Amino acid sequence: MNDLHPIDAEPRKGKPLKFIIGGLVIVAAIVYLIVSSLQANVQYFLTVDEVLEKQQAGELSGRNIRLSGAVVGDTIQYDMDTLELSFTIVHVPGDLEMVEEEGGLAAALHNAVIDPARSRLEVVYYGARPDLLQDEAQAILTGELLANGIFKADELLLKCPTKYEGSVPDQIES
Amino acid sequence: MIAEIGFGSLFISLIISVYGVIAAIYGERNHQRKWVFSAKQAMRLVFPLLTLSIGSLIFLILNNNFEVVYVASVSSINMPVYLKITAIWGGQAGSMLFWSWLLAGFGFIVTFRKWDRDQDFLPWVIAICLGTIAFFVVLNTFFENPFVRYWQVNQEIVQSFVHPPGGIQVAPRNGGGLNPLLRHPGMIIHPPMQYLGFVAFIVPYAFAMASLITGRSDDRWIQLSRPWAIWAWLFLSLGLILGARWAYDVLGWGGYWGWDPVENSALMPWLSGTAFLHAVLIQEKRNMFKQWPIVLIIVTYNLVIFGTFLTRSGLLSSVHSFARSSIGPIFLAFIALTFIASFWLLSSRWEKFKSRQVLTSFFSKEALILITIILFLGMLVTTFWGVIFPNISELVTGQKVTVGPPFYERVAGPILGGVLVIMVICPLAVWSFVSFKHLGKLLWKPFIVSLLGVLLPIYGGLTKVPAVIAFWLVAFVLAVNGFEFIRRTRLRRRSQSESLFQTISGVFQRNKRSYSAMIIHVGMVFMALGIIGIEFFQTETQGTIAEGQELQLASYTMEYEQLDIFNTSDDRNVARAVILVKKDGQVIDEIYPRRDFYYDSNQQVTIPGVRSTLVDDFYTILVDWKAVTSEGATFKVYHNPLVKWLWIGAWTIILGVVVTSLPDNRSTRAGSRTRGRDGHRN
Repeated sequence: MNDLHPIDAEPRKGKPLKFIIGGLVIVAAIVYLIVSSLQANVQYFLTVDEVLEKQQAGELSGRNIRLSGAVVGDTIQYDMDTLELSFTIVHVPGDLEMVEEEGGLAAALHNAVIDPARSRLEVVYYGARPDLLQDEAQAILTGELLANGIFKADELLLKCPTKYEGSVPDQIES
Repeated sequence: MIAEIGFGSLFISLIISVYGVIAAIYGERNHQRKWVFSAKQAMRLVFPLLTLSIGSLIFLILNNNFEVVYVASVSSINMPVYLKITAIWGGQAGSMLFWSWLLAGFGFIVTFRKWDRDQDFLPWVIAICLGTIAFFVVLNTFFENPFVRYWQVNQEIVQSFVHPPGGIQVAPRNGGGLNPLLRHPGMIIHPPMQYLGFVAFIVPYAFAMASLITGRSDDRWIQLSRPWAIWAWLFLSLGLILGARWAYDVLGWGGYWGWDPVENSALMPWLSGTAFLHAVLIQEKRNMFKQWPIVLIIVTYNLVIFGTFLTRSGLLSSVHSFARSSIGPIFLAFIALTFIASFWLLSSRWEKFKSRQVLTSFFSKEALILITIILFLGMLVTTFWGVIFPNISELVTGQKVTVGPPFYERVAGPILGGVLVIMVICPLAVWSFVSFKHLGKLLWKPFIVSLLGVLLPIYGGLTKVPAVIAFWLVAFVLAVNGFEFIRRTRLRRRSQSESLFQTISGVFQRNKRSYSAMIIHVGMVFMALGIIGIEFFQTETQGTIAEGQELQLASYTMEYEQLDIFNTSDDRNVARAVILVKKDGQVIDEIYPRRDFYYDSNQQVTIPGVRSTLVDDFYTILVDWKAVTSEGATFKVYHNPLVKWLWIGAWTIILGVVVTSLPDNRSTRAGSRTRGRDGHRN
C-alpha cells in the first residue's frame, strides 16, 4: 500500500524548537504538580504492630497515618448524642503472603480477634457509625495517634470478606 | 447437567479460539485464504458457544441451583429475577465469563463487516481479538470457573467441577444472595456499560496492530476504528458516571468519587481513550503525529487489561474487589507480553509512521489538541502513579504507604483548569495556522459575557479564588461555544433564505462532527460545574434530634417528623425517616432517608434522602436512632451545590455521541472522507 499524503501544501515555516520547549514546559509543570502533591500527601500504611513500634521510636508524632487491623466486636461503643464511636482493633499481618498462609483474609481476621496475645489499639472516631462495622471486619483507618495512645481516626473504611464471595454457606444439605 | 453444558461450551470455545489464532497467522504467512476464512468462521463460532455457556449460568441462577458454588454465593431464593440476572456479574467468576462473552460478541460483529479493501488486516484483527478472548477464556476455564460445584466427600465439603471419587453432590438450602450494596438500579447498568467500554477498545487496538504488522501507514485503520472507539468511549463514560451516581445514591457518604484504586483503574483507560480520540482527529485533519494514536491505543488496551487485573486479582482493598485470587501473575505476564510486543512492533515501524508536517503555531487547532492530549496523559500518569506508588514504595523502601484523595485532587484541579482554558480557545482556532490577533477578535465578546458569569457569584458572596477562576472558565467556554454557534448560523443565513429551524438543522448536518464535539464539550463543562460545586462548596453537619426538632444547613432547615420501622416482603427490615425540608420557614419538600437491613446477608445499606435542584442538593443520611424513635434519631446532612450539573453534563455527552452517529441526511454534502461508517455495520 502506498502512503497517502493529502493536503500538504503549506511550506514548513515552523520552528520545532519553540514547540519542543513549549511542550517541555507543560510536561515539567505536570511533573512538578505530581511530585509536590505526592510529598505533601503521602501516608504511611501501617499495621498495629508497626504503629506501636514507631510510636516507641517517636517517629509518629503529628503524622497522618493509615492503619489497618481487625475489629473486635465486643469493644464497639457508640454514643448517639455525641456521635463518639470507639472500638479496639487487633494486629493483622500486613504481608499478603502471611494472610494467605492463614487461609485468606477472613481467616486471618478471625485468628487475630481470638488471639489474646496480639497487640491491640484503641480507636476513636466522631461521626456516623458505618454499616460494615462489626466483629472481625477489616478496618482501614486514616488519622493520627494521640499522645495518650488512642488512635483518632478521621476516616474509616471497612471491609468484611465474608460479605463477599468465598465462604461456604452455613447450612449444607445433600 | 446444565453446568456440564456451560463448562463444555466454555472449553470448546477455548480450543476454537486458539485454533483461530493459529489458522489466521498460518493462512496469512502462507497466503492461503482458506485458512484465514476458517479463522474467521472460528471467531464467529466463539460467540454462540460463549452465549450457551453464559446462558447455562443464567439458567442455573434462575433455577436456584445452589450446588453450584457461584450461584450459592451471589444469589438467593427470594431475589427478584432482574437481580438474579445482575448476579451474573455480581462475583468474580461470573463477571469474567460475562467479559469474555461481550468480547466474543464484538469479535462476532467485526467479522461481518465488508473486508474488501482491508483483506490484509483481516488475519491480524482475528488473531488479536481471538488471542484476547482466548486469554480470558483460559482464566475462566482453569482459574475462575463459574461452574464449580459443592461435593461431600467423607464428611467434608469440597469444591470441584469434576465429580470427586466417592463424593455426593450437596447444595446449601439457600444462597448468600447478592451483596445488598449491589442491589440498585445503577448497578444493573453500571457493570455492563463499564465492560462494554473496556471491551470495545480492543477492536481499535486490533486494527492498530494490524496496521503496524502490515506496515500500512495510511489512516485506514483509524477510519475503521473510530466508530468503535467513540462507542467504547461513550460506554466507558456511562460506566464511570453510573458508578459515581451509585456511590452518591447508595454508599451514603455524600460524595460521588473517592479515588478508590478500582475507580482509578476505570478512569485510566478513559483518560487515554479520550487522548486517543483527540490524536485521531489531528491525524485525520492534518496527517500529523501518526505515531500518537498508535501509542495511545496500545496504552488504552493495556490499561483495560490492567484495570481488569486490578479489580479481579484482589490486589487492592476496595468496594469492588471480590476475593483474593491466584490469577494475578498470569495477568501481569499477559500485560507485559502485549505491551512489549506492541511497542517493539511500533519501534520497528517508527520511520514509516513518521509524518512530514510540523507544527506552525501555538494557537493552531492541532497544537491546542496536542496540549490537551498532554494534559490528559498528565492526569493519566498521576492516577497511575497514585495507584502503583504504594507497591513501588514497598518494594524500594519496604515501607507501605498510600496516597489519598488530596493527592489526586491537587493535581487534577490545575489540569482540569488547563483543559478548560483550551476549551475556550479551541472552538475558535483553525487548523494549521492562527494568529493571536485573529483569536483576539473572536474572543473579546465571549470574554465580556464570561465576566458577567463571574461577577454574579462574587456578588452573591463567593470568595474562594480557585472557585472564581473555575466559574469564570466555565462561563467563558459556554460563551465561546454560544457565540460560535450564533456566528456560524448567521453566516449561513446570510447566504441562504430559509427558516431559522432549517438553518440550525442545516448547520448541524453540514458539520455534524464538529457540532457533536461542541455538545460533548459543553457536557464536559456542565460536569466541571458539578465538580466545582461539590469540591469547593460542600458543607456538612450532623446531630441527634427528637421528633419535631430541627437541624440547619446552608439555607435549608430540616425537621425530623417521624421514623417508621417495618419489614418488607423481600426480607428487608426498613427504617425510614420522614424529613420536612424547609426554606425561609416554608415547607418545600419531604424526603425519606432510610436504612435497609438485609436478613439474608446480615448487612445494612444506608440510602440517603435527597432534595435535588439545579442549584444544590440537600442530602440527608439516617445514621442511627434511639430505642424509642420519637426521642431521637441521628442524621448526617450535606449541602452539595451544583452537583446536579454533573448528571446533566453526562446526559449532554450522551446526546453529543448520539448526534455524531446519526445517519447522514442525503441533501447535505456527502460525508467527509474521514467518516469510517462501515466500521459498525454488522
